[in-house]
Amino acid sequence: MLKAKQKSNLQTEQSANKEDKKNIDQKTKNRINQKATIKKILDYIKKYRLLVLFSLVLAALIVALTLYVPVMIGNAVDLILGKGNVDFDALFKILYKIAAAVIVTAIAQWVMNTTNNYITYHVIQDIREAAFKKIQILDLKYIDSKSYGDIVSRMIADVDTFADGLLMGFTQLFTGILTIGGTLIFMLITNVPIALVVVCITPISILVARFIATKTYSMFQEQSKTRGEETALIEEMVGNQKVVKMFAREKAVTEEFREINNRLGKCSLKAIFYSSTTNPATRFVNSLVYAGVGIFGAFLAIRGGITVGRLSCFLSYANQYTKPFNEISGVITELQNAIACAARIFELIEQEPQLPEKENAFVLSNAKGNVVLNDVSFSYTPEQKLIENFNLSVKPGQRVAIVGPTGCGKTTVINLLMRFYDVKKGGISIDGTDIRDMTRGSLRTSYGMVLQETWLRSGTILDNLRMGKPDASREEVIEAAKQSHAHSFIKRLPNGYDTVINEDGGSLSQGQKQLLCIARVMLCLPPMLILDEATSSIDTRTEIQIQKAFAKMMKGRTSFIVAHRLSTIKEADVILVMKDGNIIEQGTHEELLGMGGFYCNLYNSQFAKA
Amino acid sequence: MKKLFVYLKDYKFESVMAPLFKLLEAGFELFIPLVMAAIIDKGIANQDKPFVLKMGGVLVILGVVGLVSAITAQYFAAKSAVGFSTKLRQSLFEHIQSLNFTNIDQVGPSTLITRMTSDINQIQSGVNLVLRLFLRSPIIVFGAMIMAFTIDVKSALIFVIAIPLLALVVFGIMLYTMPLYKKVQNALDKVLGISRENLTGARVIRAFHQEQREVEKFEGLNNNLSKLQTNVARISAIMNPVTYVIVNVATIALIYSGAIQVNIGTLTQGEVIALVNYMSQILVELVKLANLIITVTKSLACADRVSQVFDIPAGENYSFNDERIKSEEKYISHNDVSSLAVNKTCEKTSKGETADTSAYLTFSHVGLTYEGAGAETLSDISFSVKKGMTVGIIGGTGSGKTSLINLIPGFYQATKGQILLEGKSIYDYPCDDLRNRVGIVPQKAVLFKGTIRSNLLWGNENATDDELMRAVTTAQAKEVVEGKQGQLDAVIEQGGKNLSGGQRQRLTIARALVKRPEILILDDSASALDFATDASLKKALKQDTAGMTTFIVSQRASSISHADLILVLDDGKIVGMGNNNELLQNCEVYKEIYYSQFQEHGEEVQNNVESKAEI
Repeated sequence: MLKAKQKSNLQTEQSANKEDKKNIDQKTKNRINQKATIKKILDYIKKYRLLVLFSLVLAALIVALTLYVPVMIGNAVDLILGKGNVDFDALFKILYKIAAAVIVTAIAQWVMNTTNNYITYHVIQDIREAAFKKIQILDLKYIDSKSYGDIVSRMIADVDTFADGLLMGFTQLFTGILTIGGTLIFMLITNVPIALVVVCITPISILVARFIATKTYSMFQEQSKTRGEETALIEEMVGNQKVVKMFAREKAVTEEFREINNRLGKCSLKAIFYSSTTNPATRFVNSLVYAGVGIFGAFLAIRGGITVGRLSCFLSYANQYTKPFNEISGVITELQNAIACAARIFELIEQEPQLPEKENAFVLSNAKGNVVLNDVSFSYTPEQKLIENFNLSVKPGQRVAIVGPTGCGKTTVINLLMRFYDVKKGGISIDGTDIRDMTRGSLRTSYGMVLQETWLRSGTILDNLRMGKPDASREEVIEAAKQSHAHSFIKRLPNGYDTVINEDGGSLSQGQKQLLCIARVMLCLPPMLILDEATSSIDTRTEIQIQKAFAKMMKGRTSFIVAHRLSTIKEADVILVMKDGNIIEQGTHEELLGMGGFYCNLYNSQFAKA
Repeated sequence: MKKLFVYLKDYKFESVMAPLFKLLEAGFELFIPLVMAAIIDKGIANQDKPFVLKMGGVLVILGVVGLVSAITAQYFAAKSAVGFSTKLRQSLFEHIQSLNFTNIDQVGPSTLITRMTSDINQIQSGVNLVLRLFLRSPIIVFGAMIMAFTIDVKSALIFVIAIPLLALVVFGIMLYTMPLYKKVQNALDKVLGISRENLTGARVIRAFHQEQREVEKFEGLNNNLSKLQTNVARISAIMNPVTYVIVNVATIALIYSGAIQVNIGTLTQGEVIALVNYMSQILVELVKLANLIITVTKSLACADRVSQVFDIPAGENYSFNDERIKSEEKYISHNDVSSLAVNKTCEKTSKGETADTSAYLTFSHVGLTYEGAGAETLSDISFSVKKGMTVGIIGGTGSGKTSLINLIPGFYQATKGQILLEGKSIYDYPCDDLRNRVGIVPQKAVLFKGTIRSNLLWGNENATDDELMRAVTTAQAKEVVEGKQGQLDAVIEQGGKNLSGGQRQRLTIARALVKRPEILILDDSASALDFATDASLKKALKQDTAGMTTFIVSQRASSISHADLILVLDDGKIVGMGNNNELLQNCEVYKEIYYSQFQEHGEEVQNNVESKAEI
């Protein structure tokens, strides 16, 4: 503001103009985006174009018939003039016609609605499937950088809103427009002056609706902002309810919630009330139209310009004509909403997928385990260098341990080995083949991977263990569980191997979850192994037993082990000591201790008396 | 579901006024066909232009009055619906706060979250619509019927037949589809579940190369959802055409019977038009109603899901009220006899009865069986701790270490035996009091959105900066805080995403220390720390927590070897108790754990310790 004052008025005006232009640019951009989104939606609908056509034909039929019924009723009323002045023969004919028309309309309505539902639900099924498939081939970078909640809400809530909009568009927009057009034509044919009265008054209702919509827009924005705030709080607190209870913070958290909740209540009330005035307001305009038609029509009838039956038909038209206007303005906001939601889904579906696999890519099988990292450089963001000129050659069957302080890039090395991320420079090869020349699937299944962050899915223990080998027999699974020392605790669960666990493993301890993850890998017997802090929550006694099992299983197979626990890695053939993305020491346990460097310090700290 | 209506109680006035004003509006609307009939029968028939104008004016006035009462009704409806949902949300949130750990394990947070958010929103729009329109429609429908009676009783009988038929169709379809909508919702939940799983488990799924299988699984669930949706829609789609047929058949009947009566002169042409108009008004309302019923059906399904949460009894035995304490007392006195016996028989290694009098925390014959579990997770746990002692708990994975320490703050309730704090059962302490004495660092390091400071203040809201920094220093998190822009005011994103696992762990330790609790529990909370940091943490804790009774759960013998008392757990039972040296002599399990960590290098360790001791 102060700056504006310092400048001359002219300048301020200019800058204001610029601001306007920017806004306009933004608006046109939005419009272009909207057009692009609509085009994409149409692409999805294309598959069902015959059904759409069918639905449109039905809609036209329904509109024509529903418009014709009041005409016939009007004609019928005209046959009932007064005492002793009723033409029953003609009346019956008309009544039969009405009945036939009504039944045809009803059937057509049902078929049309069912068709529309079919199209809509299949379109969203296709869209969800496309989104899900995309998730499977997305760069992990995208998944790592987005919140899961956001992606899921795109796939679920946004698609739902889109479906509602689409359905409304199908059923109401088209019939609405047809009804308006049809009524207009019918009215003009029947009586031009009254038709003009209707045409002149109706637009008022659209203006009123639009006026209210623009006024309430900011209130709705405020509402969704506050709602977002509240949802975030709920996710955090309810999601970590146990921690809240540990610190006896229930009351404090409840107060925090109350504050936001009350705020939400206030702005919701405003948004909902003001927006809900649309209906009464447009209804009021309708009753004006009705009164207008009534008065004007009565004058005409007095002069003999129109029959009473026709007038009654007009009155029902006046109702039918204005209704679609109200509906359409509702449908249009709904459609805009739907398009905005669709745009969010398409943003996900159109994400750049990971590099496609080369044609006739090499399928790695029975890898010997000669892993070579040649001059590898990698970083997640260009600004922050992480791994630079990394070289490593692993002979088949070697056990490689990676140690180093938190954040030194240990997990990153694993991301690169598994090709979750691609190297920026240099290359990684297995048995002489660059991993970029082989299929991702064959590369990844050649490794057995156990991560510190245990991930289990909702389902039975058995399902979880069979993850990598769906056709494994129960006996095989139990054998693998025994080897990984998970059998004894699984046995004690309420339903043993058929116990259902939920997403986060429920009441299983971290260590038990790790045992399950290890058993999962044991079952597959992959030719190489990656253990990223895989045993951090397992007691050392069990760990040693597991390691023995691993050692037996891994005999002659290459393995990579990341660990903090130095006892875990002492027996490695090569120990890589990493710091800030570089290998600073490399050698066997004894060699490294002899060097008296970083590793030696780390090792000794384990035994420092507190 | 009825329980939810309680939250409308404070909005009684609004909830009554909204339909009342709707009634007014509808009433005025019902006069319109009468006025129109007058225009036709008197104005047109008598060529009376001033009368037509006058009646036209009446129509406009009716419109204005209708508008005013409609807006008033909308206001009351909105106020009542929003107030209702605000209260409901608040009370559901409070209810969730009062759930105990067992409930939380069973329900799972993700469904609680959807119920708190999307389900309640759906209910809110349901209530709003019901107040606004669900009452308006019957008023119009029945009003039209009553008006028909004022015109002609015989014709009105057609209304009497048609309306119950319409009601039958509308409510029949509604009742039939309601359970189907619930099925749809559940199918959607499944689709949501698999989508989320595939995001959280992207690495594992790709590592096992299961992408194709997941897609197939998703296709199955998605297809099922789509089928259910089309199925419900097909049935709901019957409503409109059928009501359309009923109303129009009734109209035909009206015209026919009207024609007969006009012919004998008991009815006028205008009156027939009025009757037909009333019938078409019913149709207009029904179309609206049909669209609404879907919304209302959905919100009823949601209301059901929400009240399911309320149906979980507030399990926290003593959380917001102290009533339960009394029943607990009975339970304890019942066990008193056995507890006396306990003290004599157990505790082979600890000093015996004399220690018991000065005991700070005592477990006697404690057993724990989780709800729904087949067997005891902890059985016959007995030990006693003096104030200021450091207690190490070690044992294999799944041996019950975390279960044991979760009993101390009363997160789960012992199903057998008793736990005494300063000679009094812990269940005799008010919940807040007990938990304020205990500071806990959970296995999973969770931080909340806000700043480092706001997170640390969870421990103690009144802590000064100095106190915060002291805790941070002890927790070895000083470099974390100092490395961030804004230091204590550095922003922490939701879930502490912008920190590494080790950094989060150290901050959660600091958070517990800020509390300066009497009892500090570290549940394997150094697992993500490297050994050097772990060692300095151990040292700092020792200095800073003098006077605090500390429980350290760990896998590493080195982390607990210095403890005054070490409990060795195996399969839910205590298999050894004592200090490091005692246990190394008489506890096989401990020996095994200890030497498994220092295997083959046992001598080396010994030397190391000795040389340190010399210095």
